[in-house]
Amino acid sequence: MVTTPMSTAISISGLVKTFGPVRALDGLDLEVRTGEVHGFLGPNGAGKTTTLRVLLGLLRPDAGEARLLGGDPWRDAVALHRRLAYVPGDVTLWPSLSGGEVIDLLGRLRGGLDPKRRDELLERFDLDPRKKARTYSKGNRQKVALVAALASDVELLLLDEPTSGLDPLMEAAFREVVADERHSGRTVLLSSHILAEVEALCDRVSIIRAGRTVESGTMADLRHLTRTSIQAELAGPPDGLTGLAGVHDLQVDGTRVRCQVDTAQLDEVLRRLSAAGVRSLTSQPPTLEELFLRHYQADEVATAAGDGQGAREGASR
Amino acid sequence: MSGFAGTGQLLRLALRRDRIVGTVWVLGLALFAISQAASMLSLYPTQADLDRLARTAEGIGANPAVVALQGPAYDAGTYGGATAWQVVTPWAFLIGLMSILLVTRHTRQEEETGRAELVSAAAVGRYAWLTSSLLYVLAVNLALAAITALGFVALGLPAAGSVALAADCALNGLVFAGVAAICVQLTEYARPANGLAFAVLGAAFLLRAIGDTATELSWLAWLSPIGWAERFQPFAGDRWEVLLLPLALLGALLVAAAALLVRRDLGAGVLATRLGPADAPPWLRSPLALAWRLQRGALAGWTVGAAVAGLSFGVIAQDMVQFAAEDPETAELLASLGGSGSIADIYLAAILSWIGMLAAGYAVQATLRLRSEEAELRAEQVLATATPRTGWAGSHLLVAAGGAAVVLAAGGLLAGLAHGLRSGDLAGELPRVLGGAMVQLPAVWVMAAIGAALFGLAPRLVVGATWAVLAVVLSITMFGEPLQLSRWLIDASPFAHLPKLPAAELTLTPVLWLLAVAGLLAAAGLAAFRRRDLASTA
Repeated sequence: MVTTPMSTAISISGLVKTFGPVRALDGLDLEVRTGEVHGFLGPNGAGKTTTLRVLLGLLRPDAGEARLLGGDPWRDAVALHRRLAYVPGDVTLWPSLSGGEVIDLLGRLRGGLDPKRRDELLERFDLDPRKKARTYSKGNRQKVALVAALASDVELLLLDEPTSGLDPLMEAAFREVVADERHSGRTVLLSSHILAEVEALCDRVSIIRAGRTVESGTMADLRHLTRTSIQAELAGPPDGLTGLAGVHDLQVDGTRVRCQVDTAQLDEVLRRLSAAGVRSLTSQPPTLEELFLRHYQADEVATAAGDGQGAREGASR
Repeated sequence: MSGFAGTGQLLRLALRRDRIVGTVWVLGLALFAISQAASMLSLYPTQADLDRLARTAEGIGANPAVVALQGPAYDAGTYGGATAWQVVTPWAFLIGLMSILLVTRHTRQEEETGRAELVSAAAVGRYAWLTSSLLYVLAVNLALAAITALGFVALGLPAAGSVALAADCALNGLVFAGVAAICVQLTEYARPANGLAFAVLGAAFLLRAIGDTATELSWLAWLSPIGWAERFQPFAGDRWEVLLLPLALLGALLVAAAALLVRRDLGAGVLATRLGPADAPPWLRSPLALAWRLQRGALAGWTVGAAVAGLSFGVIAQDMVQFAAEDPETAELLASLGGSGSIADIYLAAILSWIGMLAAGYAVQATLRLRSEEAELRAEQVLATATPRTGWAGSHLLVAAGGAAVVLAAGGLLAGLAHGLRSGDLAGELPRVLGGAMVQLPAVWVMAAIGAALFGLAPRLVVGATWAVLAVVLSITMFGEPLQLSRWLIDASPFAHLPKLPAAELTLTPVLWLLAVAGLLAAAGLAAFRRRDLASTA
């Protein structure tokens, strides 16, 4: 096994995986650098879970290459698994075991877990380890898997929509914990629907759709492609905004202005607003959500409204 | 009354949900009773044959083990009485089992899954769930009684007795529905509720088993609903006044269930749920330990089953000798089971083969745990740790293989003990009988290995295909010789190749062949599993 320090924790290129007639992964590329928190975004069925399962050596790819911590995910599975921990999106547990038993078992099977960290995490996530797994809600099952993964001494965490069952308070706890993980130098691949979460936590993001990577980069890189939304109350009617390149969805209601502005045109738009006299101004940086919607709407102009609706619902879950 | 609002709707929902489950229960249990009656008619075609059976009822029927399992015979000299002797006790037990499972399924399980909450938020009364479930179980029991009574009448049994027997046993089913109605109020989850109700059912069976066999304790049978079903004496008196007991008990149970129901919250139980340990025990640290932890409960159940079977068959082996001496037809029947040696040995070889088949059932079920762990995505979490695939799958196979040996040993040990004590030669008989049980192991392992091979090669089909193979193998093993099937078909069963201990000499060649086949099949399954994708969706 290769143990030399790698600057790349995960590198995937041209990955293809088919299930019968369905092409779940269709030439997917992904690069996760060592020590970063990498967001892995896409709607349901985009291939996020399939990618993680290939990385875990549970599925064998049909084409393309995947490298994980310097090894081959299929061939070196057992050796690699000592160095990583995985939290599935849909956590199923053994109904007759208690949460504490499952945490200890999974940790031991990975090669040991830190009992102090385990207790600390149980408290942080407010989880009673004595309950039998069949009595846990989805969120609590997820917490069991999270505690088991986070208390293990591993280099890489693969988290598949880890907060989809957590309440907002626990989501906040989860964010703190992941921030700690980043400080301690662990690499995290975080697949998520919750865009605000990815935005808050991740250094870099890859967006996938229909088994293909559509965008990848730092948050700053991606914002570059997006628009800032502006609302302003002016002293007089605005002048020269209509028809200005880079201004979208302009609404003028007397002295009130709303619009979306391409980042490159921001300076010019602000100059023209202040020429009319600014009474109040609200500007919002582009959220990942808008970015996300734009990617999906670009391809499906015909069904843009319905698609955007779907993605928004997905994001608010 | 608003407390019952929605009961009719929920009853229709129950009927709709259970149109398959309910039909299977009703037809299965009706078939059980009707086929017993039919076999009485075909086995004892003349009154002289029936008289022979009546003597049996006094001879072998006086054997405590038979009475304990089957209940007392009140009038084995008529077809109705003989059918009642065969049917009432086991059938009442099975109907009780069905009624418990159906009540739990429609009450506590609905609360556990949260579906009841969704429905109760609509205009549904507090008592509607329980009432509709009990009405549903009443309908199932009535349908079962009606079909069975019709079947009996069609076979030529007296109509009055047929209806009485069916009604008697169905009423017993309702009593256990009442027991379940209380149990589901007590616990928060369906499994422990079923467990509690099964314990009551088991105690009822045991009380009457003791009461029926020990004359000085016969009053114990009067404490059991199954004992009441026997003492109603269908086809042998129809003592209707006895049925006042189950009716009174049913009323009391329903009142108590309703009282408990109003004192608890939806989704909660009267008893607090027990907590588990906060930490795993130190030994729970390997895939093998996990496989053992997950499978030990089922193994305990099968082991007890094999022990009971071994005990109840072993204890009558000595009677077979006596019985065969008096009755040439039985001797002929036993001789047709094959093997040489004494009647007792031939009989023992036959029952040990049955225990072998029971162990095969265990081994297949334990092997198929692999598939349910995989399909329900629990295997994924283990295989995402530093656990090799062969280590995970091999652990479950090891538990299946070792567990099968335990099941066989329990059956063989109890059969040997019972037979040894009754024949007065414990030191001689115990090792012979135990050896006869253990020699089944290679054939049992072949059945498990077929499951392992299919798990690797055809994971989507493994569950249905393995049970189907087992059913075919058991059918040819049991009925191949009597039905005079062709030799090659009978030889397709691994059980056909085993030496018929203790009625024959031990020959090692077939045993070694079977072991080799089992090893190859298991290895093929593991090799294929290492190379294939894990199941992606549940």
